[in-house]
Amino acid sequence: MLKYVIKRILYMILVFLIITLMCFVLVRMLPLPTLPPEDSHTKVVMMRREALGYNEPYLVQFWIFLKNVITKFDWGLSEKLYFGQDVWTIFRQKLPATMIVNLYSIILSIPFGIALGILAALKKNSWVDYTISTLTMVVISVPSFVYAFIIQYVFCFKLKWFPFLMKSGTDWFSPAMFRSMIPPVMALSFGVIAQFTRTTRAELTEVLTSEFMLLARTKGLTKAQATIRHALRNCFIVIVPSIFGEFIGILGGSLIIEKIFAIPGVGGLTLNAINGLDYNIYMLSTCFYTIVSLSASLVVDISMGFIDPRIRMGSRK
Amino acid sequence: MENFNNAEYEHIPAEKFAFVQDSDKIHDIELQTKARSFFADAMIRFSKNKSSVVAAWILLFLILFSFISPLLSPYGIKDTDKLYVNYPPFLEWAADLGIEALSGAKTFDSQNDTAMNFWRGIAEETGRNPVIKTIGTHETEVKYRGQMVKRYTYDIKVNAYYALGVVYRVFSYDEFKKIQDWQNEHGIQIIYPYVEPADISGITDNANIWYKVDAKGSAILDKDGNLQPVYSKRAEIAGAEYNSLRIEGDDGSYIYSMAKSGSVQCRIDYYNYYRYIFGHKPQYVFGTNSMGMDLFGAIGIGARFSLVFAVIVSAINLTIGAIYGSVQGYYGGRVDMILDRIADILYGVPFIVVTTLFQYHLARKVGVVPSFLFAYVMVGWLGMAALTRKQFYRFKSQEFVMAARTLGASDRRLMFKHIFPNAIGTIITSCALVIPGVISSETSMTYLGIVDLSSFAGTTIGTLLSQGNAAATTAPHAMLWPSVFLGLLMICFNLFGNGLRDAFNPTTRGVED
Repeated sequence: MLKYVIKRILYMILVFLIITLMCFVLVRMLPLPTLPPEDSHTKVVMMRREALGYNEPYLVQFWIFLKNVITKFDWGLSEKLYFGQDVWTIFRQKLPATMIVNLYSIILSIPFGIALGILAALKKNSWVDYTISTLTMVVISVPSFVYAFIIQYVFCFKLKWFPFLMKSGTDWFSPAMFRSMIPPVMALSFGVIAQFTRTTRAELTEVLTSEFMLLARTKGLTKAQATIRHALRNCFIVIVPSIFGEFIGILGGSLIIEKIFAIPGVGGLTLNAINGLDYNIYMLSTCFYTIVSLSASLVVDISMGFIDPRIRMGSRK
Repeated sequence: MENFNNAEYEHIPAEKFAFVQDSDKIHDIELQTKARSFFADAMIRFSKNKSSVVAAWILLFLILFSFISPLLSPYGIKDTDKLYVNYPPFLEWAADLGIEALSGAKTFDSQNDTAMNFWRGIAEETGRNPVIKTIGTHETEVKYRGQMVKRYTYDIKVNAYYALGVVYRVFSYDEFKKIQDWQNEHGIQIIYPYVEPADISGITDNANIWYKVDAKGSAILDKDGNLQPVYSKRAEIAGAEYNSLRIEGDDGSYIYSMAKSGSVQCRIDYYNYYRYIFGHKPQYVFGTNSMGMDLFGAIGIGARFSLVFAVIVSAINLTIGAIYGSVQGYYGGRVDMILDRIADILYGVPFIVVTTLFQYHLARKVGVVPSFLFAYVMVGWLGMAALTRKQFYRFKSQEFVMAARTLGASDRRLMFKHIFPNAIGTIITSCALVIPGVISSETSMTYLGIVDLSSFAGTTIGTLLSQGNAAATTAPHAMLWPSVFLGLLMICFNLFGNGLRDAFNPTTRGVED
C-alpha cells in the first residue's frame, strides 16, 4: 500500500511539473507588460526580471523559477495589479476567505447530502424519492450562477435575511462575517449536496437489493440495523472518497460564486489577473488550481485503496 | 413427451387418427411481426420514459425559440437604446389591456404629493398616464405650522416607459428640421415647448417639469387645483424656426427650442422620439437589459450561438476522442500507456487555464471564437477517449474479433468496422450529455468575462447573465429570463440525455418495471 501511495504521489508531482512547464513557457512567450516609467518599483521589477533570466532560454528561466519557488517560495513580483508587491503575500491574504467558505459548505453538504440520499434510497419509488431525485437532477443540471442569483435575490434582497455581498475585513470567525457567508455557502453547497445525494442513492439502492442484506434480515436484524451496519458501510466505499474529491473539487469550482458574492478570495484574484494580464499572479493561480485538481484525483484514488481492499490488491500488478 | 404412456391410447382405433397436415411440406412460418431494429427498439423504450419525452419536446421548443426569436424581434443585436435601460417587459397593446406582466410596471413606494403631481405633469403633457395603479395608501400626521395635518403617501405602479416622459436633447439644425417633417407627416408630437430653468426654480436636470413649482420642486397649483404651465415665450432665445405641430393651448407664442452654440436644445417626448428613430413603438417582451438590448431577441441570438458551438465542439471531440480511444484500447500495452500519460497531463490542466492561454496567444491572430474552440478541442475529447478505450477493452478479446482477424482483416478494419460499431450506442448517447456540458462551461467562461464573444456572436447567454447580474436588484427580469432559459435548457438536455442513455443501454432491454 505504501509503495502504491508513494508511486502515485511521485507520478502526480511529475505530471504537475510537466503542466507547470507548459504553462510557464506559454506565459513567458507572451509580450511583457510595459512598466510605468516614473514609478519607484519599476527599477525593482526590472532588476527582478534580470535576475529571473528573462533574456535566457525558456528552460533556464524555468529552472530559475523552480529554484526560487522551492528554496524561497518566491513566486515573483506582481507587475500589473499590485505593482511591485510579492505575489505570494497577496495570494496568502486571499486564501483564507476561499478556504473558509469551502470548508463551511462541505460541512453543510456532507450530512444533508448523505441523509437525503439515504432517505431517497429507503423510500425508493415513493413520492419522497421522486421529489428528491427530481430536485437533485435540477440542481445538478442548472449552472451554479443561476441559483446563486435566486439565493441572492430572494434571501438577500427580498427577505433581507443576509447582507447582499460578503462582509469585507479579516475577522473570519465573527458572527457578522458568518452571517454574510451563508448565501455563498448555500450557493456552493447546493451542487455538492445534489452530488452526494445522487451518489448515496445510487449506491444504497444497489446494496439494499443484494443478497447479504436478505441474509442479515433473515438472521433477525431489524431493517434499521441491517441498513446501518451492513448497507451503509458498503456504500461508504464510494461515498467517502467522493467527499475528499468534492472538497478539493469545489475549491476549483467556486470562481463564479466568489465573483457573485464579492468574496475576497483566490477566484477573484485569478479573474483579475487574467483580465489585468498580471502574469505572475496568473502563474501562481494556475499552479494552485492544477494542484487542486491533481490532488483531488489522487486523494480519491488513494482513499479508495484504503477503504476497499480489492482495489489495493489490484495495485500490486 | 417422454411422459406419455402409449398404453393410454391403445383403446383408440387406428382409423380415428388423421394427419394434421398431409398436403404441404412442413416448414418454418415466416415471422408475422416485423423485425425491430436496434434504433427502433431504443426509440420505443425512450418513448416509454415520460419525463424524457416531455424534456425532448421542451428542448425542441427552446431550440426553435432560439432560432425564431431573433427573427420575431424587431431589434437587431446592435439596436440598443441608451435610455430604455433595464426596463421591464412592455407591449403597448398588452399594457392597454391591463396585463400587468407586460405593462412595463415598476413599483414606486411612498410617493408624496410632489411626486404624484410630477406623474400627473407627465400624464397631462404627453397624454400618456404613467401611473398604472395605486397599490397602497399611507396616512401620516405631521406637524405643519403648529397644526397637525394629515399627509398621504402612495405606493404606485408606474409604467417605466411612459414615466421617462420628456427629456432634453441637443440637435443639429438639419435634424431638428427632419423631426419637424416627421411630425407633420405622422401627426405625432415629439418636440414640446421649451421651459426656461429660471421659471421652474432653476431646475435643469429634469425636463418633465413644465409647470410652476416652488423651490423644492413641488407644483404650485392654481385655485382649481390645476398645474400652471410656464412655457417660455421669449422668441429671442429660440434656436430655430418651428413650423410644425403645436400643443393644445398654444397661441403660437411658445418657443420649441433654445439656441445652443450652433445647435438647438429642445424638450422631446422620448416615447415618440423612439418611434421616430426605430419606426415603431417600443416592444420588449422580456424587457431590456443593462445595455438597452431587447432581451427577447438577445436570448435567442446568444442561445443560437451556444447551441451551434456546442454541437460543433461535440462533433469534433467525438471524432478525436473516438480515434484516440480506439487506438489506445485496440493496441493496448505500451501505446496505451504513453497515450494515457498524455491524456493524464491534459486532464490535469484546469479548463480555465487552457482557455486563458489560448485567448492570450491566439485571440488576436485567429479570432476569439476559433481560439475558444481550440481550447475545447485541446481537452474536451478526454472523456470520450476514456469511454471508447473502455469499450474497446471490452470487445477486443471477443470471438468475433478473433474470427475477423483470422480471415485477414486489417487493424483499421477491425477497429472501425468490427469493434467500433459495438461501442457506438454508448458513445452517441454520451454525446447527448456532452452538449449540455459544453453549453454550461461556455456560459461560465463568458459569464466570468474570460472570453468575450460579443463581437462575433453579438451576445451569449453568459454575457447576458453577467450584464443582468450588475442590476440584479433593480431589474431582476434582466437576470431572470436568461436564467430561466438556460436552466430549462440544461435540465431538458440532461433529462433527454439520460433517457437516451437508458434507452440505448442493452442491459435494460426487455426489462420493464
